[in-house]
Amino acid sequence: MGLEEAKEFKDRCSQCAAVSWGLTDEGKYYCTSCHNVTEKSREVINTGAIPNTKIQAINRGLKRKRKLEKGWDWYVCEGFQHILYQQAKALQTLGVGPELKNEVLHNFWKRYLQKSKQAYCKNPVYTSRRKTTVLEDNPSHSDWDSEPELLSDLSCPSFVESGAESQPDVHTQKPFPIIKASQSETASVCSGSLDGVEYSLRKEKGIVKMTVPRTLAFCYLSLLWQRETITLADLLRFVEEEHIPYINAFQHFPEEMKLYGRDKGIFAIESWPNYEDIYKKIIEIATFLDLPRFPDITEDCYLHPNILCMKYLMEVNLPDEMHDLTCHVVKVTGMGEVDFLTFDPIAKKAKTVKYDVQAVAVIVVVLKLLFLLDDNLEWSLSNIAEKYNEKNEEDKPWFDFRKWYQVMKKAIDEKKQKWEEARAKYLWKSEKPLYHSAIDRSVVYKRREMVVSLQKQFSTLVGSTPTVEKQSPSSFQFSWTEEGSDRTCFHGHSLQGVLKQKGQSLMTKNSLYWLSTQKFCKSYCKHVTTYEESNFSLSYQFILNLFSFLLRIKTSLLHEEVSLIEKRLFKAKYSTTKKKSSRSRKARKC
Amino acid sequence: MLTTTVIICHIVLLYIILMFLPLDDFFFNLKGMSDFSEELIRPTTEDEQGEPCVPSGTGMCLPWLQKHIETIATGGRQEKDFAQTTSACLSLIQEALLKHQWQRAAEYMHSYLQILEDSDSNKRQVAPEIIWRLGSEILYYHPKSSVETFNTFADRMKNIGVMNYLKISLQHALYLLHHGMLEDANRNLSQAETWRYGEKSSSQEVLINLIQAYKGLLQYYIWSKKKMELSQLDEDDYAYNTASQNMLNHSWKTSINLCALIQIPGVWDPFVKSYVEMLEFYGDQDGAREVLTNYAYDEKFPSNPNAHIYLYNFLKREKAPREKLISVLKILYQIVPSHKLMLEFHRLLRKSENEEHHKLGLEVLFGVLDFAGCTKNITAWRYLAKYLRQTLMGSHLAWVQEEWNSRKNWWPSFHFSCFRAKSDWKEDKALACEKALVAGLLLGKGCRYFRNISKQDHQVLKKKMKQMKKSVKKYSIVNPGL
Repeated sequence: MGLEEAKEFKDRCSQCAAVSWGLTDEGKYYCTSCHNVTEKSREVINTGAIPNTKIQAINRGLKRKRKLEKGWDWYVCEGFQHILYQQAKALQTLGVGPELKNEVLHNFWKRYLQKSKQAYCKNPVYTSRRKTTVLEDNPSHSDWDSEPELLSDLSCPSFVESGAESQPDVHTQKPFPIIKASQSETASVCSGSLDGVEYSLRKEKGIVKMTVPRTLAFCYLSLLWQRETITLADLLRFVEEEHIPYINAFQHFPEEMKLYGRDKGIFAIESWPNYEDIYKKIIEIATFLDLPRFPDITEDCYLHPNILCMKYLMEVNLPDEMHDLTCHVVKVTGMGEVDFLTFDPIAKKAKTVKYDVQAVAVIVVVLKLLFLLDDNLEWSLSNIAEKYNEKNEEDKPWFDFRKWYQVMKKAIDEKKQKWEEARAKYLWKSEKPLYHSAIDRSVVYKRREMVVSLQKQFSTLVGSTPTVEKQSPSSFQFSWTEEGSDRTCFHGHSLQGVLKQKGQSLMTKNSLYWLSTQKFCKSYCKHVTTYEESNFSLSYQFILNLFSFLLRIKTSLLHEEVSLIEKRLFKAKYSTTKKKSSRSRKARKC
Repeated sequence: MLTTTVIICHIVLLYIILMFLPLDDFFFNLKGMSDFSEELIRPTTEDEQGEPCVPSGTGMCLPWLQKHIETIATGGRQEKDFAQTTSACLSLIQEALLKHQWQRAAEYMHSYLQILEDSDSNKRQVAPEIIWRLGSEILYYHPKSSVETFNTFADRMKNIGVMNYLKISLQHALYLLHHGMLEDANRNLSQAETWRYGEKSSSQEVLINLIQAYKGLLQYYIWSKKKMELSQLDEDDYAYNTASQNMLNHSWKTSINLCALIQIPGVWDPFVKSYVEMLEFYGDQDGAREVLTNYAYDEKFPSNPNAHIYLYNFLKREKAPREKLISVLKILYQIVPSHKLMLEFHRLLRKSENEEHHKLGLEVLFGVLDFAGCTKNITAWRYLAKYLRQTLMGSHLAWVQEEWNSRKNWWPSFHFSCFRAKSDWKEDKALACEKALVAGLLLGKGCRYFRNISKQDHQVLKKKMKQMKKSVKKYSIVNPGL
């Protein structure tokens, strides 16, 4: 590349004394014989027409110290890029393949920059060219050279078609928009980044602006593309458990990237991600990026309901035998089909399956099929199982709902309490406090100091045992083993007590069923009516609470999912009950 | 003679009073900002109860409107998790304190401190006081805590914002007093006394007065110790003069410190008491009388029985005329009819020549015995028995009936039940006799209590019994004809 253009350069190479120059992507000369790269770049030599100051600005790049804040020049999108990079690295340490970071997320991000007209396009909002050249100018800088894949992307083969079009742009771009300089001067007054003020004021139609929660949407999209074994609920839980940088992610920015003023509003975050919110953002971003259909979710994928159901059955200590029933429900409802499961943002109505919520909802439906959960039948079935187990101690024990309830109730209550306490103890504030302007900088720092010293004082009063030991990341929150009497493991228990042989197939003894809702919104949203806890049986409430705690979602969301599955499962019944103006709440199992 | 513990008792009492004083309102303009004073620039309309309301022309309070405004301010968004977890943390601290789990409380406190960095300036402003209250409680009880830790904590908290300096200084001093470190406490108070920050608000002024008064109280303690030393010395001893000179010095300083506070309406019992003691010691009777009269009669002061007791005791020492003593106790009678001074009041009334006073004397006795705490007060019963007989002899039947009418429904079961008779006889025979006489006079000889007691056979009391029966027969209000 660029051998023609390099002809003007006639100096001898400092290493091998040859005069054979090529141009690097960044516009620097390199010796074709010994591959030594010079400090001189092409612009300096052949763009004599450009005023000197600008050239210097380009050359000094990120390292140019600004008078006011002594930091690097950086753009908001670079901040997000850094966060994404950190998150991708964290995912990699969680066991995700390196392609996620190097290819998928990288390309998504490039595509985002292009779509939001920040780079890789004809008229970028900000000049990304300076950024990219500059970044590659300093490959020796420790903080940045570890991520060449993310940043020096121009030579990367892009899997996104439109990405290829953008490549030549970089070289045909105007070097620097004139307004830039004055803008950056005013901007520096109230933000550490060059474009913090503009960024927070930017309100273009059709552009999805980057926010910290949206970084998680990017992560999830790449996980989904790779069909990794991390669900959305898992991802958010890892964030909460601090295995993935999110809150105060800006702390890991290089020292020279100063944040203040408007940057605070952009990068500081005081809430944990919320499932529904991130879910919406996933779809939003996927549509904005105009992504093609994602790789198929087939039966051997982790996200397939059959596999997820197995996982959650293990998690909540239910018998393995229930898996046959969940598979049956999945089959009857058609939820295991590739077209149903695969995310296709281009489709008319983009929506992705909430794999984890759905799998859990299937289990709830199966529990309702087996035990009815009307605060009555489940207990009488438990009595039968208990008696049987007393008589036949040698045999494989029948599953006893009451006993399971007791074990789970205790376990979940303990877990919940620990979780609540850990949340209450969570330290939100970063060691690097953010301030609004130079005026309150000293106040903010002083306050920080005060808090630290007070904390030090109280930490001496705390017991010697570390209060919250960081858990190692796991997709399981419980582990059930046969040992220990109060934590009975029900995985091996049989469902004989609740099933009966009919011809060749097994039937549930319970022949009744009640629907979680019969009224769906008549409008487009297909929403179910809201979940009013007190209208439902205690066992149902317990089970919903159990699962929604595991997924850290609202019970109403799970209830909604259950209702949607029931709607698919009892399609026929729904239409008839509707006609009958829903006189009975019970529908017989088909 | 006063010991430290006595002072501390007073202090604890005052400490409680202090807690109920109107707390300074946190928001007023100050000049010369430093540290965290940026928080104070914006005046906010938030009253002390923490119930924000919207000030409007008519003084109406519309909490819903404020809520509405708040949601607009947050852009209709939900409360952030930061706010949720910190408030959860606060309630966990409170729970731990309630259960005396100091270590656990300290753990949560460690996290709660971040509220000082809350981006919500309203919360940030109230945080220091909450942290101070909880933190000082933890440090007071935590086994690993020491005076040094408490001192560092207090010094730090004093300087977060400016509004809490005086209050924390005062409480810090009280803590030191509790640990017997009088000198440190004194130093602390002196420091706080000279502290100024821009314009003082009226509430801060009260605090400064309080701080001075506590300093005065400490000096009083030293003075009274000196007084004790002096009383052990011989007057001819050459040390006597220097000692008394020393005392004089102290009292002068003390009175300056104390008198400012006493002018402000409030309950200042220990301060008034020590101030008066010193005035009296130096023979300034008029000054002492003025202070006490003002303390008891100034309408701006809250109703305070002790004020009248102090005044009465002072007048008694002064040998004031009976009429005057009666007028003081009359007010006390209205506030605390069961006070033990009421018997003394009765005696005064009895001795008076005024007919009205005689009637009041009866009223007072009945009043005392209305209270469950006084049912076994033998003096009260003896007085009543004697005075009833006397009154009936003096043919003031109407007075008795007037008092009895409101009590005849409940006194018989309250005082004169069969069970009472038995237990009284068992515990205190003299009391039982007095009560029996009263019962007989009020209810006639047929009443259970009287019958029960008069049936008892006792050698020593035989004569008394006989007298009793005679009196009842003659004067009982039930059968006045016989």
